[in-house]
Amino acid sequence: MRGWLKRGDLGFKLGTGAFAALVVLVVAGIGFELWRQSALSLEKFGLGFWLGDVWDPVSGEFGARPFIWGTLYSSVLALAVATPIALGIAIFLSELCPARLRMPLTFLTELLAAIPSIVYGLWGIFVLVPAVRQFELWLPASLKTLPIFSGPPVGVGMLSAVLILAVMIIPFTSSVAREVLKAVPNAQREAAYALGATKWEAIRAALFYARTGIIGSIILGFGRALGETMAVTMVIGNNPQITLSLFKPQYTMPAVLANEFTEAADNLYLSALIEIGLVLFVITLIVNTASRLLIWSMNRPARAPRAVRVTQVAAPAGGAA
Amino acid sequence: MNHDALRRLKSTIVVWLCGLSVVVALIPLAFILFFVVSQGIQALNWDFFTKLPAPVGEPGGGFANAIVGTLMLVGIGAAFAVPVGVISGVYIAEFPATKLATMARFAADALNGVPSIVVGVFVYGIAVMPFKQFSAIAGGISLGVMMIPIVTRTTEELLKLVPPALREGALALGATRGWATLTVVLPAAAPGIITGVVLALARIAGETAPLLFTAFNNRFFSADPTQPISSLTVQVFTYAISPYEDWHRQAWAGALVLVSLVLFCSVLARVATRRLERLQTGH
Amino acid sequence: MKVPFTIGRRRALAALTAAAVAATAAPMTLVAQSQINGAGATFPAPIYSKWFSEYGKMKGVAINYQPIGSGGGIRQLTNQTVFFGATDGPMTVDQMQGAPGKILHLPTVLGAVVPIYEIPNVNAELKFTGPLIADIFMGKVLKWNDPAITKLNPGVKLPDMDITVVHRSDGSGTSYIFADYLAKVSPEWAKTVGVSTAVKWPVGLGGKGSEGVTGLVKQTPGSIGYVELVYALQNKIDFGTVKNSAGEFVKASIPSVTAAAAAAVKAMPKDFRVSITNAPGAGVYPMASFTWMLFYESPKDKAQGKVMVEFMKWALTDGQKFATELGYAPLPAEIVKLELAALATIKVS
Repeated sequence: MRGWLKRGDLGFKLGTGAFAALVVLVVAGIGFELWRQSALSLEKFGLGFWLGDVWDPVSGEFGARPFIWGTLYSSVLALAVATPIALGIAIFLSELCPARLRMPLTFLTELLAAIPSIVYGLWGIFVLVPAVRQFELWLPASLKTLPIFSGPPVGVGMLSAVLILAVMIIPFTSSVAREVLKAVPNAQREAAYALGATKWEAIRAALFYARTGIIGSIILGFGRALGETMAVTMVIGNNPQITLSLFKPQYTMPAVLANEFTEAADNLYLSALIEIGLVLFVITLIVNTASRLLIWSMNRPARAPRAVRVTQVAAPAGGAA
Repeated sequence: MNHDALRRLKSTIVVWLCGLSVVVALIPLAFILFFVVSQGIQALNWDFFTKLPAPVGEPGGGFANAIVGTLMLVGIGAAFAVPVGVISGVYIAEFPATKLATMARFAADALNGVPSIVVGVFVYGIAVMPFKQFSAIAGGISLGVMMIPIVTRTTEELLKLVPPALREGALALGATRGWATLTVVLPAAAPGIITGVVLALARIAGETAPLLFTAFNNRFFSADPTQPISSLTVQVFTYAISPYEDWHRQAWAGALVLVSLVLFCSVLARVATRRLERLQTGH
Repeated sequence: MKVPFTIGRRRALAALTAAAVAATAAPMTLVAQSQINGAGATFPAPIYSKWFSEYGKMKGVAINYQPIGSGGGIRQLTNQTVFFGATDGPMTVDQMQGAPGKILHLPTVLGAVVPIYEIPNVNAELKFTGPLIADIFMGKVLKWNDPAITKLNPGVKLPDMDITVVHRSDGSGTSYIFADYLAKVSPEWAKTVGVSTAVKWPVGLGGKGSEGVTGLVKQTPGSIGYVELVYALQNKIDFGTVKNSAGEFVKASIPSVTAAAAAAVKAMPKDFRVSITNAPGAGVYPMASFTWMLFYESPKDKAQGKVMVEFMKWALTDGQKFATELGYAPLPAEIVKLELAALATIKVS
């Protein structure tokens, strides 16, 4: 190891390492502050905080379960809706788009990220929620018996939140995925075409090559959804309940934090709110660990076997034609 | 249908689906932009850009201090986050097997999920309370903290995708790793990194919650980094939840200005990126 | 080598952009290093902004007030990051003990909370009683044609429609006043829900800010909510009447709100920390409340203290005339007199 590590290299490693250490320090600092300021609440409720269903500032009883549910449910659904669209956009813009349209379309999709979340929220209240309400009213009664569609047709609720979140995370995932796909060496695609691949199969080769970056872009989008505050709180109905229903109002962790933080003046209340921040932080860590493990497991088999598959498919077709 | 035709059909369907997803994403964009423009354009006049906020009922107030404030806050945030993000991304990409890299990558992902209000509370604890003073610097730092994960992750992913041949070529010519990275690998990944930075800028330009506890807000003109400072987002937020129609119209105008500002930066970055790409790849 | 050239160009562009941004910010005139910062309740923000502007024009002082919420104001005042605070609900004993010095509460104006509703084909002004509102918000009265409602409103054809309750999702002084009143008229509310800027609402949707509540109510047929009187007046929203403790159905208005304060004069405690909801007397609107500014009795910055004391003297006297234009009720003269005496105890010299 010491053989090739020259003096300049050591300086490089230390210099850049210092900045990386800074990032770790900031996050550790946030985690520590969250821990310290939620001490009162941690002491009083312990693990019961994660399982409790009641959030009552007046009687001093706090439980985070409905908020954990709301955050996870809305973020997972938003991810499910947004990822295919975002990847489709990324693929289109990096592989399929005619050159003239590329810059304007890229620009337009990035514009979605430029809209402040409060504008999303206001648009949500005035435009999206009434539209969702119409949809809820239009839905035939037979479908309404399903738990996922039960609930009063008020418009605000999980569905509006999921749609707004999806729109908000699309530009993040699509921009990063697009850049990642653009950076895939053309040799990969050319090799696929040389073996007789269709356009889609060549794209798949590129996607495979860039898979860790693509997963990274999805995680970025997910993180955005988990932490989004303003837009969600304006359309989700802000009622802490645990239900599969898309129509019933629910509540997320960032939303309750934003809503009640500035007014919370007694210490236990404040500490409970900060503990909600801590819970969100821990959940984000868990999600990230799981994705990291996923990426690690994807990197383990060598790349060669996958590329062979195109040949296998091409050969019989060649024979049959 | 023989196998070949099936493959071709699948390919065509996928191509069309991808095109469709672009359309699907643009629909809400069109709606929102139309909404913001139609509501905001009415209150947009010369006064809006040059005057300070007026109390309710008095005509002619403006968002001048908020515009300057947002520029300053975003500038401070970027000045803090871009070096930290890019350089830490470089470390993670160049030395991925080290413990520090794993921790830093993890930390960046964790930071991405932290809600903006928590970042605000954290920065309040370290940069406002000790000095008993709200300030633009504190606001800038809280925005910078939020930018870091996006910049770091983008830098890392793109550096990893630079063909190893480039790096090996530079090393073969006798460059140290640092020099190779700085002069060959980083510029190769630059277009993508710029996109990441612009994405991060767009994200923070629209943030309200962290600023409430750090930059506070200011009725008056201030370019002093150690004093409270106004910002478009906080001003829009304050006006939007007020009971006054006049203030609502100004809030929409403020939102319109904000979106336009971010758009402008985005265009600038796009142009720079295109130039770079053309120089690097020759087309 | 082409590579360094590219870097140079890119760096130049980046530097130029950065310089452009910095240049826009730099040459602005720097104002008010002696500016006074305050924070707190959102409810009186419009009148405070008017006052600070008018007073600033007269005396050349710069007072920067930000409506971050009553709790936020209390907290920042306790941390001494602002000079004064403002709150819609008086500080609790615990909060006052947590502050590094004695804090004075000084009422500035009066406001009220009104019930708003949106029922298809019903344009009449509905009558409510306190216990009825409590029952609706506790989810015990579920439909608009419930006998409890139709009994009070005989001439109105109320539909057989579910009531959708809308409350504030964010903590607010408006919610505090609302809950405070309901706790006084409904023992069950006092026991199960209680009084705070944010309570555990038994039913309903939460809207963010008055804007959120109004938006939800307007768009959801069969809904009921509550907002500040100022808000309802400015946005021309219809609201109902509420029965006061004298048995009259009173519509919230400037006179009926000022009457609530006048009724409280006799029992006014020295520190002005009193709730005037459900006040006795004729013509009194029951969901009325003071809003207070908070000052340290011995502020650290005496110069700023002097400015603020002079400001308060003006606000409590000449300043009150701006209140009615904006929809706030002015303070009764007797209370102003008591406050001017209290102002004199602030140590500014």
